[in-house]
Amino acid sequence: MDENYDISQLKQLEAESIQIFRDAAAQFERPVLLYSIGKDSGVLVRLAQKAFYPGRIPFPLLHIDSTWKFREMIEFRDRFCREAGLDLIVHVNEEGRRAGVNPFDYGSRKYTDIMKTQALKQALKAGRYDVAFGGARRDEEKSRAKERVFSFRDAYQQWDPKNQRPELWNLYNGRVNPGESVRCFPLSNWTETDVWQYIRLEKIPLPELYFAKPRPVVERDGTLIMVDDERMRLEPGEEPQTRVVRFRTLGCYPLTGAVESSATTVEEIVAEMLESRTSERSTRVIDHDGDSSMEQKKREGYF
Amino acid sequence: MDKIAQYLDAHEKKSLLRFLTCGSVDDGKSTLIGRLLYDSKLIFEDQLASLRSASAAHGTTGAGEIDYALVLDGLKAEREQGITIDVAYRYFATPRRKFIIADCPGHEQYTRNMATGASTADLAVILVDARHGVVTQTRRHAFIVSLLGIKHVVVAVNKMDLVDYSKERFDEIVREAAPLVANAEPVFIPVSALKGVNVTTRSPQEIPWYSGPSLLEHLESVDIASGRNLEDFRFPVQYVLRPDLNFRGFAGTVASGVVRPGDAVTVLPSGKTSRVARIVTADGDLPYAFPPQSVVLTLEDEIDISSGDLIVHTGKLPEVSSAFSANIVWMDHEQLVPGKEYLFRHGSGWRKAYVKEITAQIDVNTRERLPAAKLGLNAIAEVVVETTTPLAFDPYERNRATGRFILVDPISNQTAAAGMIIAAVAPTRRAVYHTSGAVVAITGAHAAEIAERLASKLPAIRFEASADRTVEGQVEEIIDLLVERHVLPDPAADGFII
Repeated sequence: MDENYDISQLKQLEAESIQIFRDAAAQFERPVLLYSIGKDSGVLVRLAQKAFYPGRIPFPLLHIDSTWKFREMIEFRDRFCREAGLDLIVHVNEEGRRAGVNPFDYGSRKYTDIMKTQALKQALKAGRYDVAFGGARRDEEKSRAKERVFSFRDAYQQWDPKNQRPELWNLYNGRVNPGESVRCFPLSNWTETDVWQYIRLEKIPLPELYFAKPRPVVERDGTLIMVDDERMRLEPGEEPQTRVVRFRTLGCYPLTGAVESSATTVEEIVAEMLESRTSERSTRVIDHDGDSSMEQKKREGYF
Repeated sequence: MDKIAQYLDAHEKKSLLRFLTCGSVDDGKSTLIGRLLYDSKLIFEDQLASLRSASAAHGTTGAGEIDYALVLDGLKAEREQGITIDVAYRYFATPRRKFIIADCPGHEQYTRNMATGASTADLAVILVDARHGVVTQTRRHAFIVSLLGIKHVVVAVNKMDLVDYSKERFDEIVREAAPLVANAEPVFIPVSALKGVNVTTRSPQEIPWYSGPSLLEHLESVDIASGRNLEDFRFPVQYVLRPDLNFRGFAGTVASGVVRPGDAVTVLPSGKTSRVARIVTADGDLPYAFPPQSVVLTLEDEIDISSGDLIVHTGKLPEVSSAFSANIVWMDHEQLVPGKEYLFRHGSGWRKAYVKEITAQIDVNTRERLPAAKLGLNAIAEVVVETTTPLAFDPYERNRATGRFILVDPISNQTAAAGMIIAAVAPTRRAVYHTSGAVVAITGAHAAEIAERLASKLPAIRFEASADRTVEGQVEEIIDLLVERHVLPDPAADGFII
């Protein structure tokens, strides 16, 4: 019998992610998967499905709805979860919604804190989740390069970069006291190219926003912002114009920059990515709030 | 777009090399990694833009030059101190391979970080400053690399430009360093990270006397598959899948060895046996599975298996013992206290354990063995560990997957130690559990006599003798044997081993 014991790097990453999912599900009482609708979430869900096949994913998905997501994202989310038979929980910071918190009046920093960070904390606390899976990757941003696969959070869901548990081999330490929790990152070792190839290989469905299409945008400080609904506040002299654009990451529409592109397939996106000399997170306005801004947000509990 | 499709397909099928880099403060490690990443086009333009603004405030290189080290120091506190204090993971790829670098700090206090980075690495790059040669920290790095069982080592002699690319100096350092990495397969490469000499491509102009590969060429071609254990099938059960009444599967990752349907397997610790029925994955059943594949096994017989159990080939059993010697790296601010109970993680399971004795603390710089009563942060020692239930394991040297463990402090939940098992030792006869009111059934030819003798020593226990099975041997031997196997109370002690 001809047997070959070589394994491609992508299959190796897949195996590692599956192992992480199973390990966390075995170690914790109340897991939840943080579902952000984006491409990394799509990969994350596929890996969770594989990890527990032929069973169902033994925990719910949680989406933090900031109320300013692209409409297409919400449509996609509901259709995707329905068709895949996934158990979805949607949480909105109701206090923030009642106060009408938006990125225009409150600024991106405060808005993100209230509608995303605080909302996430509320939902995790309410569900008494002791482990939350996220799609973050170490290659995304400088402060993430040192993130653990099992990232410990104290009872206030804060991350202390100076007091992280050493992580040895694949022996993850999921020990927590009541109220404390772990954020678990099964995609830690994936790169952007890996994610795209996996999407292509596995035919993972994605929101249309990732692909180029004529869309109404305004240009603001060099960033193209899509006018997704009537709540978008235009500044004097701003006139939405139709341009063929796509999004490299998906978030809240007033804070997510589009890139001009003609890419309508995964291959074309990757082609642009390779040519591009701009890394992925640069189109997210919130990362530019100052040097180390992502690190600051993470300390406060942002994903 | 065909080209892109080819590119992606090729990317998918690359092999993966995980390596760690370790060096002392100021030996140019960050510059070396920065160069590897930069030259492999992974440092995108906007990261370079933010780098240029950060360089003005903290940078240490001359005006107009990019400080590669700043690319890497992720956290704010580190950026201010100018030293990396935690393991950072970096990713890059060449057309041949994908690489994950564990970038380990060089500062003396952070032995634990190096052990962490080394734990997942197939290869280690140890940097030596050509001006200073082998220093105390080089010895430390070489020792930790060998302790963690890394078989492939590169000694990169950096800053060759500052010693005029001297062959004599390089040879001198090779002679000094070779004994430190003798149990690996060391490769020595003269480089200048700052000038890019022998980093990604060979530099015969600067170093005409060196005919070996550049650092990147070596990393791209070194055969790391040879280190895998494909002999001993070990499968730590992570999760039991029971989606419906007809399916009962055991999910896990093949830690070592190769498994096929029909194979005779034993489940530990129960010792029950069966055969593999199917190897299930979401992408279809497999004809065989090998490390590090994540699969689901189903067995022909319905036997009780839970998360934390180990499935192995019946013909290749691991060792089973509740006491063993091990090398440990202490990682907690709280000192190790012999006799204190810790949480113990091995394979997919948790149990309790304590360090029975510190056989010797090992000086990380000189490898000298010294007596020690306690161990502080970053100490390395050989110890004897006892677990409260028998453990199935292999020595770390034979099998990295089943020879490793961590200790966790039960109060703080901090990961307190990384451990590498050396060998089983006879367990102590001291009680682990104190029980009362238990009933112990004794069978065999001498059952009645054994029961009577044990009962007189241990009145709290009821011993029931029955002679339905034959146990060969004399009464004393049988008592010893049963105690050894942890099925009987130890008559010499004041408690019981279970």
